Amino acid sequence: MRISRRTLLNGLAAGSGLAAMQGWARLAFAGAPGDARLIVMILRGGLDGLAAVPAIGDPAYASARGALAIGEGAHRLDDTFALNPALKGFAEFWRKGELAVIHAIASPYRERSHFDAQNVLENGTARANGAEGWLNRALGTIAGKSARDALAIAQSVPLILQGEHQVSSWMPGVLPETDPDYLNRVMALYENDPALRSALDDALQIRAMAEDAAGAPLKGSGGMQAARGPYNLVPLAKAAGALIGKEGGPRIAVLEANGWDTHAGQGAGEGQLARRLGNLDEALTAFAGAMGPAWAKTAMLVVTEFGRTVAVNGTNGTDHGTGGAAFAMGGAIKGGQVVADWPSLSRGALHEGRDLKATADLRSLFKGALMATLGLDADVLSRTIFPDSADVKPLTSIFRV
Amino acid sequence: MSAQAYIALNRFGLGARPGEADALGDPARFLRDQVGNGAPLLPEFAAAPGSAQIMRELPERNRMRDMAEELLKQFRERFRSEMGLRFQHGFTSPTGFHERLVWFWANHFTISVTNLRMFAWPSSYEREAIRPHVSGRFIDMLLAVVRHPGMLLYLDNAQSIGPNSLAGKRIDRGLNENLAREILELHTLGVEGGYGQGDVLALAKILTGWSLKRGDEVVGEDAFNFFPNRHEPGGKTLLGVDYAEGYEEGVRALTALASHPSTARHVARKFARHFIADDPPVASVARLESVFNDTNGDLGALAAAVIEDEAAWQAEPRKMRAPVEYVTAAMRAFGGGAKMERKALDGLMNSCRLMGQFPYGAPSPKGWPDEAKAWAGPDAMLERVEWAHALAARLPQKPDASALARDILGPLMSEHSMTILARAADPVQGVALFLSSPEFQRR
Repeated sequence: MRISRRTLLNGLAAGSGLAAMQGWARLAFAGAPGDARLIVMILRGGLDGLAAVPAIGDPAYASARGALAIGEGAHRLDDTFALNPALKGFAEFWRKGELAVIHAIASPYRERSHFDAQNVLENGTARANGAEGWLNRALGTIAGKSARDALAIAQSVPLILQGEHQVSSWMPGVLPETDPDYLNRVMALYENDPALRSALDDALQIRAMAEDAAGAPLKGSGGMQAARGPYNLVPLAKAAGALIGKEGGPRIAVLEANGWDTHAGQGAGEGQLARRLGNLDEALTAFAGAMGPAWAKTAMLVVTEFGRTVAVNGTNGTDHGTGGAAFAMGGAIKGGQVVADWPSLSRGALHEGRDLKATADLRSLFKGALMATLGLDADVLSRTIFPDSADVKPLTSIFRV
Repeated sequence: MSAQAYIALNRFGLGARPGEADALGDPARFLRDQVGNGAPLLPEFAAAPGSAQIMRELPERNRMRDMAEELLKQFRERFRSEMGLRFQHGFTSPTGFHERLVWFWANHFTISVTNLRMFAWPSSYEREAIRPHVSGRFIDMLLAVVRHPGMLLYLDNAQSIGPNSLAGKRIDRGLNENLAREILELHTLGVEGGYGQGDVLALAKILTGWSLKRGDEVVGEDAFNFFPNRHEPGGKTLLGVDYAEGYEEGVRALTALASHPSTARHVARKFARHFIADDPPVASVARLESVFNDTNGDLGALAAAVIEDEAAWQAEPRKMRAPVEYVTAAMRAFGGGAKMERKALDGLMNSCRLMGQFPYGAPSPKGWPDEAKAWAGPDAMLERVEWAHALAARLPQKPDASALARDILGPLMSEHSMTILARAADPVQGVALFLSSPEFQRR
């Protein structure tokens, strides 16, 4: 039977009409300011997923992890999984239904170089040499977009946001406010240097927004100096949350945190890694608070380039591995669930006899998030945003749409 | 056997051991005999330090902890002061190209102050492992790097122990593959250089026992030591070549890596990207690669080859100055830096950090990126432009911006930029505009 256009329209109006209309509405408003936010935080260095989210219910867990096994104080999530004792704020997000955990997940990359692994995570392909980020391609789908719709909380734009479409970056400054006349003249100097010109232009626009969000100039105050310290994420997270959560703030944002490459003296429920997790926990709690009402419309993904070896190495740490854990948090998340096709920690089940096997692809998480926040359809996701990824199904079950 | 024997053992006691019930005799008596008559403790348990002993030791332990903290503070203090001197050397050195070679190789073989302990090393690392070899042979630099405490500690090899070595069998520590992986991936072959996880493991085993003497054991100018009792015994196969055990075999393995064609390609590409352009001409890379191959890694010949390359002499600037290069160039432009207060040097180092580059603070063993986009992000650009203004405002005597620009960059300044400098509202603004100009930001 041949379906005429009229029949189709009638069908829509009658039966599934309402749902279809909502679908259209969502697409139409995808570009509207103040809509859902997608935030990606990259933990660089390779977070040990089994330290952040120990599989304490796995019968092989204690023996496989040895000295790194977490005993007391872990926050139980279900029969199998728990959160590291340091992740108190995460446990609170979980309780409020704003945190989902995805475990045994990795990018399609299967070697163990940090740098290639981060490239794959950020370029959204299965290869390390793509020089354009998937979030930049996603930005390209927003109608009426500007450079301020995508913001990196960083001095320089990380690969995940690099590409054809202009984006912005921001970090709180410490020097005293500079004379606007001088800055205008510098802009004139850059007339024939588009790269420098657009970088400076974006910086000035974003700064104006940040000051607006904070209700005061951010320059020259002692507190902001601390915001740039290498070991404490909290002040920066708070400032970033206020900026991103602002009415008309960026639709897409990227945050980064270094220092997860725990080759030696990693610790278990306490110690080096637990302290860093504790700081991350505090930072994200502050971040969510600073975002204000916008947090309710936010999907924030916290991901890393790979997991680490299951067994402790020769120096009480872990080496580069494969499968790890990812977090999805915010009001746009259907929280309180761990999504994992758990491969088990028994020796025979490990990838190459050493790593947690990856049974999920990070791109499925990214796809689900882009569908929920920017309203992208599966076809665009599989062809354009994540090329050649038709076999990677979007993970939709953890998003409220 | 009556139930009582089992009750005595299991309910009253800790549980029966094999045959214990049979040998028990009268259960009640068995129990009564134990009252006030416990079996002796294991000797080591009985001899463990008592509370008085612990209290006696406490002050000493606290003192040692304070000393350790004091030592770490000194490391950091010394680092800052020595990095300040390194800065100053850059401000005044008449051999800028030589210094740039040092910086390039120090970045190729990155170590980083990722924790307080690491502050001890960058200064001596650069002087001992990098500087003497910038016009020498690649293998000599590689060996000096891999034997230096800075690298052995940064990438954990100092603690790596062969699991089947004498020490490995005795204590609960073992292999750490961090250094081996980065040698293959970053220092020699490059990530696509044709090696696998098996090669990483093999090199890690080959390098077990490459570690450090401490304290009074250190004699002369070299703390490196090969510890045979930590070295993984037996043969290893790296890139299809068999290696026996021992230190010399490690040297042989590194020598093979240094003269591998993938290493020549990897190094040539990085060298061309640093000195010519972010995206250097294929022909330039190929020339450098063949020089590296033909001279078996003569780094002086490599430097000479880039001087010979026409692509490196194009008038149009092809590279963005990295923050440390930028700050150094600015200080040189004013002829400053000969006498500098410690506080001012600290300030400059901090400015570099805000522009995204703290000396010897690279975020990973890969070192600092070497492309404009890494340094020209919006925030970093604003930081530079504001820093330029702050520096200009602080100069005791404000030079004429146009004259300064002609003196420093000559015909490389565009007419457009010169016009804007000439129209500056005041001398401070003029100097700041010169330092912010595209011609000064780039090289």
